[in-house]
Amino acid sequence: MTARTFIDAIRETLAGEMRRDPSIIVLGEDVGKKGGVFLATDGLWAEFGDERVIDTPLTESMIVGASIGAAINGLRPVCEIQFADFIFPAFNQIVSEAARMRYRSNNGYSVPMVIRAPYGGGVHGALYHSQSVEAFFTHVPGLKVVVPSTPHDARGLLRSSIRDDDPVLFFEHKKMYRSVRGEVPDTDYTIPLGQAAVTHPGSQVTVIAYGLMAHYALEAADRVADEGISVEVVDVRTLRPLDRETVLESVRKTGKCLIVYEDNKFGGYGAEIAAIVAEEAFDYLDGPVTRIAGPEVPGVPYNHALEDWFMVSPDKIADGIRQLAAY
Amino acid sequence: MTDRTGKQGSLAASVGLYDDDLVQMYRYVALARALDERMWILNRAGRIPFVISGQGHEGAQVGITWPLERHQDWIAPFYRSIATCLTFGMEARDILTAQYATALDPSSGGRQMPGHYGSHEHNIVSVSSPVATQLLHAVGIALAAKIRGTGQVALTTMGEGSSNQGDVHEGLNFAAIHKLPFVFVVENNGYAISVPAARQLAVADVADRAAGYGIPGVIVDGSDVLACYAASREAIERARSGDGPTLIEAKVTRLTAHSSDDQQTKYRSAEELAAERERDPLPLFRSQLEEAGVLTEEIATRLAAEIKLAVDDATDVAEAQVDPDPATAMRFVYAEDDGR
Repeated sequence: MTARTFIDAIRETLAGEMRRDPSIIVLGEDVGKKGGVFLATDGLWAEFGDERVIDTPLTESMIVGASIGAAINGLRPVCEIQFADFIFPAFNQIVSEAARMRYRSNNGYSVPMVIRAPYGGGVHGALYHSQSVEAFFTHVPGLKVVVPSTPHDARGLLRSSIRDDDPVLFFEHKKMYRSVRGEVPDTDYTIPLGQAAVTHPGSQVTVIAYGLMAHYALEAADRVADEGISVEVVDVRTLRPLDRETVLESVRKTGKCLIVYEDNKFGGYGAEIAAIVAEEAFDYLDGPVTRIAGPEVPGVPYNHALEDWFMVSPDKIADGIRQLAAY
Repeated sequence: MTDRTGKQGSLAASVGLYDDDLVQMYRYVALARALDERMWILNRAGRIPFVISGQGHEGAQVGITWPLERHQDWIAPFYRSIATCLTFGMEARDILTAQYATALDPSSGGRQMPGHYGSHEHNIVSVSSPVATQLLHAVGIALAAKIRGTGQVALTTMGEGSSNQGDVHEGLNFAAIHKLPFVFVVENNGYAISVPAARQLAVADVADRAAGYGIPGVIVDGSDVLACYAASREAIERARSGDGPTLIEAKVTRLTAHSSDDQQTKYRSAEELAAERERDPLPLFRSQLEEAGVLTEEIATRLAAEIKLAVDDATDVAEAQVDPDPATAMRFVYAEDDGR
């Protein structure tokens, strides 16, 4: 076991997978000599060279579209979209092409590729370096969507994503890159896609979260514990496919469900979890399914006061827990 | 595909082919046309709901596809690519089962609209409906070919309307930077559904845009099968030898409406349509081969009979095949147990 930052775990996993499998390539903007704007690919170019670590022009649709073609012709591309906010020029390639290739060819073609992208706010990134974009993609059959929250999970889930035979979107909260550290085994473990984790056992309120919010949920759980509220935190880790059973099992136990996500609330990923809980655990509920999420503005504003106003915080989550516990 | 032991008249020799190549090329042009005409009959007879046609494009498609290596090189085609797919290995039955969207349709098992061909067996990338997306797939295939050192060439085709999409710019730029083994073919038929090329492009020729990527842009008469072949062979050799991509613009004609749901007399005059008939590659190629003594009456008669048989057989097979079972509709969203 070695303590690693979140970004170290990602970088080392990329390098390890590239050593293991020569068909893996990395491509994206500034991923080469610079090693990525966050240094997630630092050192890969020096070790694997120009052919396997490719600095692309500023062309997100090409990054994804060419990765689809490379995957069709025998490679396993891991492409980086520099910020999740810039993924939308590639939306058509992801949704119309990567997601549908297997289905539309009746299993003739598969697209084994990973799209990594830093997401999330709280880093003074403003409207275009802060977004949570997962809901646009969790809606789409044919895609898998992963949002790890610890170095341990990042390593195990990135390995599984790279080894998966379908397109995976792998969203990394940029605020966690250097602020989150954790023990990472040196073994070749994987974490299967579609397995949630109960990260804090409890009995009275279930809090469901992912990414940075999974950490904030744990902080909130600690705060309310002093007040005698027992919280169970479920980190879903993989958003598509969702581990329904772990979510439902927890809610059936506690009878109360709070879903936390950083994206704005309306139509966000948490809405789907709320619907699943309402449909499948209604008889067990002892209060309304509630959500703590971002406000209905089109992006995270820059000024620190405005950004703080936008961001879901442990305090806001703790308030939500108290209200639900008192219901 | 060339029979190096056969007869080589002066026409074949002028493009480095043999007489048998020319006959086979003619056969593909004629077969594609016969299948296409059958599709319209079946549509008008109420047997199939939709047709999207390649009539007028067949000569360019056969000539351009001919120099590629089957089961080695790759094609990312578009919805008019019937002759392309036939030349690259798909069969008449494969084309017509796609029209009927049968369970055994090799392109999609009845999941896609007709015209959305694809075959893993033949290195033909599955076609989608958003246009020009396939260019990036071909670029990625070429990138993988270069990295893996396979010697493969990837070729993509689309119309001039599609060529305005941003994916074309992004892909050509990248392919040119890395000198990828890639060929971009624009089948310019002058119309993007109803909008004439003058309202689609500010330049007269799509090929002019090649200069912006530092690659050759070649214009070829799409009704001249052998000119298309020669241009394609040169581009493919260039790609394979590491000199990078070429843009080939084949000036073709669209002999039918955009699709069975379109009425082109609403936006094209009778005079224009009559004039365009003069550019039909099928009779032009036939006359050329007859005059060169390559296509004798005996061979033409035999080919006509073979083609009729193939089209009738494909129709019978497609008519007899069953619909896909809705119980299978959830399959292949993701990989199943065998990892494919």
